[in-house]
Amino acid sequence: MLEVKDLRAGYGHAKVLHGVSLKVGEGELVALLGSNGAGKSTLNNNVSGIFKPFGGSIRFDGIEISGASPEEIVDRGLIQVPEGRRVFPNMTVRENLELGSYRRAKPNRARNIEHVVETFPRLKERFGQYAGTLSGGEQQMLAIGRGLMAEPRLLILDEPSLGLSPLLVEEMFTLIQKLRSQGLAVFLVEQNVVQSLEIADRAYVMENGLITVEGAARDLMNDEELRRSYLGM
Amino acid sequence: MDFLGISLPSYSFDTVFGSAISGVFLGAIYALVALGLTLIYGVLHIINFAHGSLLMLAMYAVFFLWSGLGVDPYLAMLIVVPGGFCFGYLLQRSVIGRASHGRDEIILLATLGVSIALENFALFAFSANERNVQVPYDFDGIDLGFVYVVWPQVAALAGSLLITAALWAFMKFTDTGKAIRAVAKERQGARLMGINVEHIFAVSFGIGTACVAAAASLLAPTYAVFPQVGYLFVLIAFTVVVLGGMGSFVGALVGGLIIGVTEQIGRLYLGESLGLITISAIFILILLFRPTGLFGQRL
Repeated sequence: MLEVKDLRAGYGHAKVLHGVSLKVGEGELVALLGSNGAGKSTLNNNVSGIFKPFGGSIRFDGIEISGASPEEIVDRGLIQVPEGRRVFPNMTVRENLELGSYRRAKPNRARNIEHVVETFPRLKERFGQYAGTLSGGEQQMLAIGRGLMAEPRLLILDEPSLGLSPLLVEEMFTLIQKLRSQGLAVFLVEQNVVQSLEIADRAYVMENGLITVEGAARDLMNDEELRRSYLGM
Repeated sequence: MDFLGISLPSYSFDTVFGSAISGVFLGAIYALVALGLTLIYGVLHIINFAHGSLLMLAMYAVFFLWSGLGVDPYLAMLIVVPGGFCFGYLLQRSVIGRASHGRDEIILLATLGVSIALENFALFAFSANERNVQVPYDFDGIDLGFVYVVWPQVAALAGSLLITAALWAFMKFTDTGKAIRAVAKERQGARLMGINVEHIFAVSFGIGTACVAAAASLLAPTYAVFPQVGYLFVLIAFTVVVLGGMGSFVGALVGGLIIGVTEQIGRLYLGESLGLITISAIFILILLFRPTGLFGQRL
């Protein structure tokens, strides 16, 4: 579904990604793990069309999308829920959700709002409240809900557990698993290695702009080297 | 009466109230000019120095539609408002946005440059002479007992209220309006929802220019047109925007009315030139107690 090949990207003269290749298949939950500054968000923002890559290719459903505008990419159903949530603080929960279907799935807006508040009952309680007044966890739910409003074919979640309490982190991962069980393809970008591997089908590890480890999540769980470098075990 | 050593004339209640009423009508015009300015500030976070020149240009458009084709200045709104929108949209997309490379200080200078260019174009093309639109109902109006109100004043007030309400509803209920508010606070988030931020910038600039074009229509029957006419209104509109709270529509309306009333009453007591000092006085006074303006912060 998503196929990134030899992607080279960065900012101005600073190269961040030095040839990254990865794949996400239909209905798959794929995790991308890596520490701060490994290049995970740079990858996401190139995939979403916010930045233009230096080279390599990004294909979605077999169509080249590297260098396409964010609007075209959203139109195709590749939706990113960004790191730091990026909800619209000056707008209500409802309005945030409505803008999730600004370009895609607009005719199904009312139905999808129902669906989202069913998934996140907390949002229903906060429906008329400004997003800026929500807690971090609620904002993260809103950001994911807003992403779902576009009826994504592939959902990129960039560090959804960042800054959440351990209890909420648990809840978040349960939720991601639920989305996946509904048939949605998810590309999960995380620093939370253990929990990500528990729910993912496959995973990649990124270090300094390169994929260093890849494989089935279960195998990576038992990978000695990964355990040592990431889990300190 | 005596105020800070200046002896003030005393007037009857009717005279003062009459001044206040005419201040409301004047304030409505300030509000309308400020409305476009506050929208552009709220979304693009820039002070649009070209706003006064755009007002001037729109007033010339109204004037020439009237003198050349005999179009009534109010009817001209149907042409200058859409025209203003397109002009503003293209100006932002092709000149200001392009020249600025996304840096706020350059946008500021770009609008200043546009303003100088437009003004000198007007001097060159239309000369520095004042021109007047004359309508048969210029001095017709209604006598409210204590004050005589001419129709152009009534139209200005009604127009300002209607346009403020329409703009508020547009921002609240339409997808484009919501996208404008989203872009104002969270550009990256908006991009990821497929909102074309550059398009929204230009739409905001277009709407701001359309507001100023509407103001031009409402002004034309009462004010002369000349290349520097924009300054008459835009300097006060800046005051109104800050007073009302930058980015707030309601603030622009209320701020405009406050300034209009203050100015008229100030003129009544302190005379035509010294009276203007009251604008600064009320401005400072309100900011002392509400540094973000009356309705600051929220768009």
